[in-house]
Amino acid sequence: MNNSLSAKQRMAIPRAEMPTIDPKVRCGNFDEVNLGLSMVQAVKEARRCLQCKGRDCVAGCPVQVSIPEFLNALAAGDLPRAAQILLNDSALPAICGRVCPQETQCEALCVRAKKGEAVAVGHLERFVADWAMAHPEQVGMEKAKFSSSKKVAIIGCGPAGLTAAGELARWGPEVTIFEALHETGGVLRYGIPEFRLPKAIIDAEVARLKELGVIIECNVIIGRTLSLEQLREQFDAVFIGNGAGLPVMLNMAGENLKGVYSANEYLTRVNLMGAGRDPSSPTPIIRGRQVAVIGAGNTAMDCVRTARRLGAERAMIVYRRSEAEMPARQEEIEHAKEEGIELVTLTQPLSIRGNEQNWVAGLHCQVMTLGDADESGRRRPTPVAGETFELAADVVINALGTRPNPLLTATQPDLLLDEWGNICADENCVTSLPGVFAGGDIVRGGATVILAMGDGKKAAKAIDRYLWGLDQPSAMASR
Amino acid sequence: MFKVIENQLLAPHLHRLVIEAPRIASARQAGQFVIVRSGDGGERIPLTIGDANRSRGSITLFIQAIGAGTRKIAETEPGSYIQDIAGPWGQPTHLEKWGRVACVGGGVGTAVLFPLVRALHEAGNQVTSVIGGRSRDFIILEEELARFSAKVVVATEDGSYGRQGFVTLELAEMLEDPLRCPDAVFAVGPVPMMKAVCEQTRPAGIPTIVSLNPIMIDGTGMCGGCRVQIGGQAKFACVDGPEFDGHLVDFASLIDRLSMYKDHECRLVS
Ligand SMILES: Cc1cc2nc3c(=O)[nH]c(=O)nc-3n(C[C@H](O)[C@H](O)[C@H](O)COP(=O)(O)OP(=O)(O)OC[C@H]3O[C@@H](n4cnc5c(N)ncnc54)[C@H](O)[C@@H]3O)c2cc1C
Ligand code: FES
Repeated sequence: MNNSLSAKQRMAIPRAEMPTIDPKVRCGNFDEVNLGLSMVQAVKEARRCLQCKGRDCVAGCPVQVSIPEFLNALAAGDLPRAAQILLNDSALPAICGRVCPQETQCEALCVRAKKGEAVAVGHLERFVADWAMAHPEQVGMEKAKFSSSKKVAIIGCGPAGLTAAGELARWGPEVTIFEALHETGGVLRYGIPEFRLPKAIIDAEVARLKELGVIIECNVIIGRTLSLEQLREQFDAVFIGNGAGLPVMLNMAGENLKGVYSANEYLTRVNLMGAGRDPSSPTPIIRGRQVAVIGAGNTAMDCVRTARRLGAERAMIVYRRSEAEMPARQEEIEHAKEEGIELVTLTQPLSIRGNEQNWVAGLHCQVMTLGDADESGRRRPTPVAGETFELAADVVINALGTRPNPLLTATQPDLLLDEWGNICADENCVTSLPGVFAGGDIVRGGATVILAMGDGKKAAKAIDRYLWGLDQPSAMASR
Repeated sequence: MFKVIENQLLAPHLHRLVIEAPRIASARQAGQFVIVRSGDGGERIPLTIGDANRSRGSITLFIQAIGAGTRKIAETEPGSYIQDIAGPWGQPTHLEKWGRVACVGGGVGTAVLFPLVRALHEAGNQVTSVIGGRSRDFIILEEELARFSAKVVVATEDGSYGRQGFVTLELAEMLEDPLRCPDAVFAVGPVPMMKAVCEQTRPAGIPTIVSLNPIMIDGTGMCGGCRVQIGGQAKFACVDGPEFDGHLVDFASLIDRLSMYKDHECRLVS
């Protein structure tokens, strides 16, 4: 395909628009909202890339995907080549293409964003990754390159664990993933809804790992079923990627009323257990008519859009700052608004009110205003004296965030933790315990899929070196 | 996949399942539970580990088959498999040598009580087990409990077996008799029963431990759905419990939260 365009010609191409399911239709189902670019759209969009020398987009990517290179191959219509470049840099591109906050990463630094719109790197990543999944024979299936007698245990089957396992398996050691739940995927499975990340993608990823020889054992809780000590005896190295699975409670009056959920509980019921989504699921969920979700991150957006799909007439985000400060991905906020989600901003809930039967009746709220910027650069919300109001709701979902779950770490006093309970690990994911590595949310606190994946990759490299005695057992311990 | 080795009907709807689960068998301690899912699409159901045999690599579960999910698990025949069993979850029973301990069990709670009785006995306590049920058919594990109890007292509501009335009747008499008054009480059963026991022991300040059964999903502390109010603080029963100081439990809130999906269950069972 002819890819020899002048900069001017490239500049003249408008940014491709992602086709989506009509908002009215999609509020009634859990189908993926984004339909994906067509081949013609994708190639055209890839040609918007100026192939600039700066390659700032790459610096914006937490795992430094060779973005200009894969875009160049795509612009030339060479999909196998584009896929090879992408898969070489990113372990889970079909997932990252869907859930990464591109507007604050690669796309934020795209030169084209300075005067107009960035190249739609995320959409293109998704396009190439989906093509690769559909055409494995053209990409060339990876095989385990070598085999060795070394054994590695991975704790947790989220993006960090899956990535570490995939990398390691190619280099020889026998890899076993231990997962506490009955299903793989971590937050990708129980947290992020189908309408944003179809579970078939996780299934395909897991199938690929199994083909590489990775053993996945669900229903095994490290710290309970088996101890970390047992793993250290039975394996040559251990990677901990057990996430940040502990909800931050609201600590406000009314939290125990019926109809109050943590985001984790709400999403787990619907996503993992099929409540309200699969008619044959025995797991119940309260379908609210008026659902108030406290928070404005990705999790909050996932909850509120799920509530909408479960039939809520009013599905609301209740947030103490304004829309501009919302931490969710831009696309989620836009999709939410298209779906009729109400953004109740500059509102701080003070308590949850109940009725005589102890069911949620509403939120008692404080009106806020934005003051000066705080350390994070966001304007600080302050209460407007005397201005409170009542917001009617029959389901309230707390999406304030998560903290590290101490289930595993509490069993291992020698494992160095920070003041929040996250595992201390250096830039190579080395912890204070020899042969034990950690990455993802358990190290960073609630972060992102791409960072967890990046950690999994780095840890795999460090583990490989450790297995062959190329590194000191523990850099952390000697600090 | 976990193989069912034995499946015995002990009382109407009450099954005793022995299941191959070597890792859980060697890791578990008294008071802990597993989460069981019969197969694809099944609910995650918390069940107390009734007993375990390390050398055989098996655990014993007592299952009251009342809901759709428990029925499916209880119907698994020997030689067949249960898809998912995860655990052991929860804190082990806090064991101490109190001296005289009363273990009060109601209905299927008696099954939860059994491992506690055994552990308390093995810790050197003199255990009196007081177990109750609607009628004779609902009295379970009497013989098994007798092996680890100095005395087993049975109470049935209709008087068809043992003494007539609630288990609290027997406990009231024990509390009044200086020779039988317990130094600690363990109570497991319907919430109103546990609440009544706690009210009985509160005036004399006798340590009373109850095992709570809020609605759970994951069991890992991830969802917070199992939260209970203990001394004014929210605790997650799956990781901080399921046993708590009964005198600190907010039973009203527990009863309330347990009723959250009542309508749903009804629809499901009929
Ligand atoms: C609803 C929601 C939406 C999100 N949306 C986005 C988004 O759009 N974009 C984005 O980049 N990020 C998003 N995130 C954040 C992202 O999902 C996480 O940062 C990422 O999943 C962390 O990966 P992880 O592998 O560290 O942990 P997890 O995905 O949490 O996986 C950890 C796994 O370990 C298991 N485990 C825990 N303890 C044990 C144990 N003791 N033994 C064995 N197994 C154990 C858990 O069951 C779990 O499966 C979202 C998070 C949530 C909750
Ligand atoms: S069952 Fe989810 S936190 Fe206890």
